[in-house]
Amino acid sequence: MNGALVAEVLSWIFIFAGSVFVLIGGIGLIRLPDFYTRIHAAGITDTMGAWLILIGLMFSAGWTLITVKLFMLLFFLAATSPLASHALAKAAFLRGLEPMLGRGLEIENDHD
Amino acid sequence: MDQFGAATAALLVCMAMTLIRSIAGPTVFDRVLAVNSFGTKTVLLIAVYGFLTGRPDFLDLALVYALMNFIGTIAVMKFTRFGDLAGMEEDEEEIL
Repeated sequence: MNGALVAEVLSWIFIFAGSVFVLIGGIGLIRLPDFYTRIHAAGITDTMGAWLILIGLMFSAGWTLITVKLFMLLFFLAATSPLASHALAKAAFLRGLEPMLGRGLEIENDHD
Repeated sequence: MDQFGAATAALLVCMAMTLIRSIAGPTVFDRVLAVNSFGTKTVLLIAVYGFLTGRPDFLDLALVYALMNFIGTIAVMKFTRFGDLAGMEEDEEEIL
């Protein structure tokens, strides 16, 4: 009974933290000014929010087959989503999309 | 209303914001990023909604959707970069 209560409280904490991270990522995806900064906001949602929500669901499910499926989902998301973000940023940079730079951060353009 | 309901509400709000970005995105990469993020949130929504209704049997669908989302993103990016899904262009060496 006590262990079930602890698992319930941990599930609440993890799912709420994951929801907060998902909301932060969504607000950043709208508010940030540049494509490369928006990749940063989407990366917060895809890694931290997804992991925390899935870990909270694992605490809620207990030791069943559902936890195994959730772990596989966590593994696939952890493997594919940073890879997709990296490939997207590299494709955009090779396509010639300029990052928005601040003062003193300009790229030296002497190599081409 | 428990923690799954709260997570479902947060995910739905965030999916609406992602749709706004995917419609209003200035470049094609913004749209691809928003669609990829939307797919990840769909995976989470399927998983959380299964727990919300007490039938967590939709996790297989979420698993398939996660893999399909990754493959779709890579395919769209290859299409926008090479204009072709089947082969590479001959100027691939100077791009890479």
